[in-house]
Amino acid sequence: MHKFRGKKMLLVGALALAGGLVSLQAAAADGGDPADNVSGKLLLTGGVSQIEGSAGGGLTPWALIGSYGTQGQFGANAFYTRVNVQDYHLDDAGAMFGIDNRVEFSVAQQRFDTEDVGAALGLGRGFSFRQNVIGVKVRLFGDAVLDQDSWMPQVSVGAQYKSNNQGAILHAIGAKSDHGTDYYISTTKLFLSQSLLLDATVRFTKANQIGILGFGGDKHNSYQAEFEGSIAYLLSRNWAIGAEYRQKPNNLGIAKEDDWYDAFVAWAPTKHVSLTLAYANLGNIVIKDNQHGLYASVQVGF
Amino acid sequence: MYKYKMLSCALLLAAGLIAGTTVSAQTTMQPAGSSASGDTYPTAPRDPALKPVFEQFGSKPGLVALMNDFMDNLMADPVTRPFFQNADREHIKAELVDQFCVILDGPCTYTGKDMASVHRGMNVDRADFNALVEDLQKAMNKHDIPFRAQNKLLAKLAPMNRQIITKP
Repeated sequence: MHKFRGKKMLLVGALALAGGLVSLQAAAADGGDPADNVSGKLLLTGGVSQIEGSAGGGLTPWALIGSYGTQGQFGANAFYTRVNVQDYHLDDAGAMFGIDNRVEFSVAQQRFDTEDVGAALGLGRGFSFRQNVIGVKVRLFGDAVLDQDSWMPQVSVGAQYKSNNQGAILHAIGAKSDHGTDYYISTTKLFLSQSLLLDATVRFTKANQIGILGFGGDKHNSYQAEFEGSIAYLLSRNWAIGAEYRQKPNNLGIAKEDDWYDAFVAWAPTKHVSLTLAYANLGNIVIKDNQHGLYASVQVGF
Repeated sequence: MYKYKMLSCALLLAAGLIAGTTVSAQTTMQPAGSSASGDTYPTAPRDPALKPVFEQFGSKPGLVALMNDFMDNLMADPVTRPFFQNADREHIKAELVDQFCVILDGPCTYTGKDMASVHRGMNVDRADFNALVEDLQKAMNKHDIPFRAQNKLLAKLAPMNRQIITKP
């Protein structure tokens, strides 16, 4: 049953990719049309929407300010992301806007569906945790794209305030709070000569499974520094491939938590839309180990 | 497990540092005589490592053809047109050919003015600059210049934003 669904998702992924490749040829064919310079940043240099709604890769925020608004401009994006692993799925939607290539505000809502695991735990089949995230990011210095004559990255700091709607259950499993704030510092650099983008982020967090399982726990209840990293290789103006890593705390005695990995392909046929497909490995989640599957995200914006 | 985590962090950081030093080494390795003048130097310095990229651009005839399409794109783009419509476009194209040719270590000499003087008073902002880069990218795509070769040239042009962008 689960295996079958996994195959179906893979098929959907493959179809989407094939569709993408066909459209890429179309995009390449009309590459001479300068009329689509709608706003001031270069294609794919705003990143995509990460799982908590900030501009970044799929799992981790980048120092880049989201949207295609550059200095003196304003831009906005909306996204929808679906993550399907064997025993759970996550629906995630949100929006962000970037001002003057300096400040980014974001909101996101995550709905984590426990499917059959909810029934096994006595919560009911399809029991869901819902979490709202409000994010802010400020670029401190550097320009990841233009400063190509120095190694100096773009550096930003940010915060993500999260609140979860299942306080009673979170307390029952050992979490200390149903809300919390992550703080992070991100350094991002595009090495244009190598067509390579690198990001390193350090996040200070108490969140269990990014907050889906609450904040703090019986094992630890203090902020811990966690490393997150992304590497992306630009294949063309419209296509990038890459991989990500997100280190996570392990605060709850009853539910071991693992670091997350993904490998992704991102496609931006125009500045108004991007699609990201990833294979994500999320490790143990509550009572189910080795959770992995497809991550798919669509972003639209101006 | 924890060791494994730290190892992957270290690897990523190391990759970043290597990539970083490669770039800065490229920018600091300039032939003697071209490194002294800093911001007032008329264009980005010649980089012998980019000779193969010069060939990927089709040498000088390739650059001449590229610049025709580049200027067409600039004139068709409402963001960039105002900067070029009253200018001597043939002259600009010729200077750009020489400039790109020198950067890519071709057999040319750039005799034009430095980037700061040419753009003084033009009120170029970052959105204008990025629009120009996109018009160049589209022209390079049209000429089937490999994406990696495009990026090697753009990496040399991008820092010129500090002389060209005068509007905060």
